[in-house]
Amino acid sequence: MLDASEGYTTADGRKIGGVVMEMKNITLRFGGVKAITDISFDIREGEIRAIIGPNGAGKSSMLNVMSGFYVPQEGEVWFRGKPRPQMKPYEVARQGIARTFQNIALFEGMSVLDNVMTGRLTHMTTGMFTQALWKGRAETEETANREIAEKIIDFLEIQAIRKTPVSRLPYGLKKRVELARALAAEPKLLLLDEPMAGMNVEEKEDMSRFILDVNDEFGTTIALIEHDMGVVMDLSDRVVVMDYGKKIGDGTPDEVRSNQEVIDAYLGVEHD
Amino acid sequence: MSEQFVFALEVTLNGLMAGVLYALVALGFVLIYKASGIFNFAQGVMALFAAMTLVGIMDGQVPFSHLINAIFGTDLHYFGWNVPALLAIALTVCVMVLLAWCVQRFVFRHLVGQEPIILFMATIGLAYFLEGVADLMWGSEIKTLNICLFGESGCLPQGINETIDAVTYEWFGYGFFIDNLDITATIVAAILVVALIAFSQYTKQGRALRAVADDHQAALSVGISLNFIWVLVWSLAGFVALVAGIMWGAKSGVQFSLSLIALKALPVLMLGGFTSIPGAIVGGLIIGVGEKLFEFAIGAPFLGGATENWFAYVLALVFLVFRPQGLFGEKIIERV
Repeated sequence: MLDASEGYTTADGRKIGGVVMEMKNITLRFGGVKAITDISFDIREGEIRAIIGPNGAGKSSMLNVMSGFYVPQEGEVWFRGKPRPQMKPYEVARQGIARTFQNIALFEGMSVLDNVMTGRLTHMTTGMFTQALWKGRAETEETANREIAEKIIDFLEIQAIRKTPVSRLPYGLKKRVELARALAAEPKLLLLDEPMAGMNVEEKEDMSRFILDVNDEFGTTIALIEHDMGVVMDLSDRVVVMDYGKKIGDGTPDEVRSNQEVIDAYLGVEHD
Repeated sequence: MSEQFVFALEVTLNGLMAGVLYALVALGFVLIYKASGIFNFAQGVMALFAAMTLVGIMDGQVPFSHLINAIFGTDLHYFGWNVPALLAIALTVCVMVLLAWCVQRFVFRHLVGQEPIILFMATIGLAYFLEGVADLMWGSEIKTLNICLFGESGCLPQGINETIDAVTYEWFGYGFFIDNLDITATIVAAILVVALIAFSQYTKQGRALRAVADDHQAALSVGISLNFIWVLVWSLAGFVALVAGIMWGAKSGVQFSLSLIALKALPVLMLGGFTSIPGAIVGGLIIGVGEKLFEFAIGAPFLGGATENWFAYVLALVFLVFRPQGLFGEKIIERV
């Protein structure tokens, strides 16, 4: 089932490729508290994979394990066919995994363009002295990366605020800038931590459209966390459902929707 | 033009130039504080250490000679050569980068995520440790710093040692006393600030540096190594300390009281804000001009003089009451 070469075709006819990331029996503890218990699942090339669950289910912890911010006590993270050794978050980012944060972590003092440009840092290779002297290669590199950043800014329709300091933007736009910064890294895997949290209906629709467009246009593999069931079901190809740190469901939105355990977790069970 | 006015002008000019020297020290503080939230009490000692290392290398002094002689019973003091100033400066920069790496590797890497007060205490420890190392390495004698960039020419002016005539300029039929060293320091500081700003605005490392100063988590998520940036920022602060050490060293000789210039940077930072490079410059200039003009207009005629010693601190206190974040600092708003 987990053969990396194997793929599937989605309901809307998109081809999904092999496994990009695989979580194998992940267990994460904070002292005596188990945040994640023995969870396994995979993310395939080109798909939109959602992790859902009620508050406190361990979704964000899972994403932090994937992006290297937390180190699990047990289990392995496989990335592109290889087990990933213990890494610092910045090394994970350099491997091609970009992420956004639930509570927006932007560089507030910098302009939108500068924020997006930081997303390009992993692609800029000139050394410090070349950079300091600002000659030849450094200049070409800056121009090339700037073009990509501008393309992403256009794509996410934030041209008008390119030069605005991020601290002055409203919440919804900040979320979009954060997505732009993550996209600028041209990630092999994009992790979105509650991309629609705290948004109104209109903003949620915009964000959903952008996520779908990103996946469509760039073929980016996306894993996202949400607790709004409705949004997730429309958006994602496959869904992992977590509750109290355990996996209680995994499959297409329809499969998950009809899963009794999932229904219980979301609607509550009658105790007798 | 009245004599009084021209005299006030002269005082202001001198104040501006003294302010540049304060700003140079404050700059080192701002760099580290912005990037890592550490208030580096050792900045003054770093300036001292850098100046002593520079003189030691130029004079061909054997480092740790007292220690070596005491252990092995030898009588080493000098290698017997003189290193050209430019090469010595380059070597000193290397020493400061090495120091930056050591500080990060052996001290602050183990203190990541600690309270600011603990980081501050660590820098106090670092200050005393570094002072001891400087003493052990180069001895405690007062040394003169005499830098000539190109053989016999391009020499750094020698502060107070010059004759009054050499540093007096005739403008408006009035003899302005302006220290040549202060003019040099102003030019050097201006170049340094422009270079630092260009570096942080237009290079990849500069962008990474600003990113780390803004948000650690987000910086990690775009692939920036915090450790690398912190070593970089301590190196930059070390370089700024070297420049400050050279200027202050040429002014008053390389001696241990040099480390006390850190105390003069405190009011500058309170005025300008701990997180702003322009703030450090403006703060330094205001303090420099303020204390000279205050002495000239109020201190000397009415208060019996010597107000320069405390004026800066009183001004800083006033600022703390009315604008705690300083002129350019980030406003701290707690959301309830």
